[in-house]
Amino acid sequence: MKRPLITMSIVGLLALFAGFAHSAEDEVTMAEIMILLKAQQAEIEQLKQQLANTNQKVEATAGAVETVASTTESYAKVADWADKTHLGGYGELHYNDKENGKTDEVDNHRFVVFVEHEFSDEVRFVSEVELEHSISGEGQNGEVEVEQAYIEWDFAKHHSATFGQFLLPVGIINETHEPDSFYGVERNPVEKNIIPATWWEAGVKLHGEIATGLSYDFAVHSGLETDINGSKAFDIRGGREKVSKASAEDFAYTGRIKYTGVAGLELALAVQYQEDIAQGLGADEANALFWESHFVYQTGDFALRGLYASWDIDGDEAEFFGRDEQDGWYIEPSYRLTPKLGFFARYSEWDVEAGGSADTEIEQIDLGLNYWLVENVVFKMDWADQSNGDGDSFNLGLGWSF
Amino acid sequence: MRWTRTLLVSIALVLATSFAMAKGVYLSPQEFLQQSFGSFSQGSQALWLDDADKQQAKAIFHRDYVGFRVRYWQDGQKTAWILNDIGKTRPITFGVVVTGDQIENVTVLEFRESRGSEIRHPFFTEQFVGLTLAGEGADLNDSVDGITGATLSVRAATRVARFALYLSTRVTGNTQARLDE
Repeated sequence: MKRPLITMSIVGLLALFAGFAHSAEDEVTMAEIMILLKAQQAEIEQLKQQLANTNQKVEATAGAVETVASTTESYAKVADWADKTHLGGYGELHYNDKENGKTDEVDNHRFVVFVEHEFSDEVRFVSEVELEHSISGEGQNGEVEVEQAYIEWDFAKHHSATFGQFLLPVGIINETHEPDSFYGVERNPVEKNIIPATWWEAGVKLHGEIATGLSYDFAVHSGLETDINGSKAFDIRGGREKVSKASAEDFAYTGRIKYTGVAGLELALAVQYQEDIAQGLGADEANALFWESHFVYQTGDFALRGLYASWDIDGDEAEFFGRDEQDGWYIEPSYRLTPKLGFFARYSEWDVEAGGSADTEIEQIDLGLNYWLVENVVFKMDWADQSNGDGDSFNLGLGWSF
Repeated sequence: MRWTRTLLVSIALVLATSFAMAKGVYLSPQEFLQQSFGSFSQGSQALWLDDADKQQAKAIFHRDYVGFRVRYWQDGQKTAWILNDIGKTRPITFGVVVTGDQIENVTVLEFRESRGSEIRHPFFTEQFVGLTLAGEGADLNDSVDGITGATLSVRAATRVARFALYLSTRVTGNTQARLDE
């Protein structure tokens, strides 16, 4: 409807103009007006054609966008899954130059992969799979272990529940042991032999923050199963069943209170009760009480950490082997000379037969350094000197995590 | 001891279902700006990042900065920045106020990670007050003590504080020269 109106308006205007111009000296002839109109008509036709071409291009573009959008939708699903699934890991390679006639070793001690998946903002899956000593299988030195595999549910603000297989909330390095997070090529002997790190069980755990910097953990979980005879009788480290067809006749309960309300400070107290660490195999019930307390303090470039842990095991059988009492402690000052270079010293004492009359306490002094190539890649070097033990060594290590 | 086990598991499950659900939003951006500027209500401005800015961002965050510009609020020598950084897997939203060339405060606005939320407490964030930039790497002029179990969140807070200080120099011109020039 618009075109006839425009045409009529132009013709009317031209007529007026013609009437007015008729009296003017430089009058425009009708022939000239017709030429002008034809030229404009031709231009209009050209524009119409261009508009049609443009519409075709818009249609083609829209089609292409829709095709890309429909294709992207499937990618979006993959991207969404990837966004909720996280990979991580850590590893450590060690060289141990051992004294006392022992063979020197190079060992790819740990290669670990974490996989986490978030089902929702409140529910997630966490896992950690570890290959120790490079090769597993019959006759090999290593083993493949699932250290963690649990569902974590944030049931309230600052409170969560864990169901499955998890690291017990005890000690300094049991839950956080990426090699770039601690000094020393090998993990400290007290937490290794007394706690015994790395220690995981299956069960239910509650964790939460009850005041500024004050948190709690409480877990009901599977228990230890130690031998009751021989050199490994009531040996705590050897009693870890690692949730591998583990006897579940007797459970254990662990609680911990931790305070981190001052920057750089951690204070923690953990207690655990085991119903029977022999899982009913002994003549009497070997229930056990475990205590652990530690502190970590870091201010500026200086840090200090210390830990004490002890076992008190009931029953005549444990007492017979002198293993009714087992304890140990260590203290470790360290200093970062630069952001990349730090030195440490550690003094440790532990005794896994403290209930016996023989002098079985081992003392160890460690001196060494860490050099962080970047935040999560570390080179390590240390010397370990033991008294009443044969673990003297010079050690080199490479560690990484991501 | 079986009854003890059953009782404890039951208590745990009852406790678990008795709490209300909530996530870690501690302060909205509006509340943060209200606290930072009081009645001042000027809208945000945008700082377009040039190549040098992006290089500096990469040096601080160890990854390419996503985006062409950063929004900020300014009242004279005081600037406020709302920035995200990832601790372990999820972005943490920080609000940082810089006055002159010093940090006035660092606030955790929203925490989305499953661990490390202790960084929201004043005993940690107060360490940033008064810090400035030092050195070519846009480092802070003093160390910040960490929190065990929250190492990655602490690092994220430190990176954001450094970037906010750097950005403030771009809009207020409080340092003699750009750090990377």
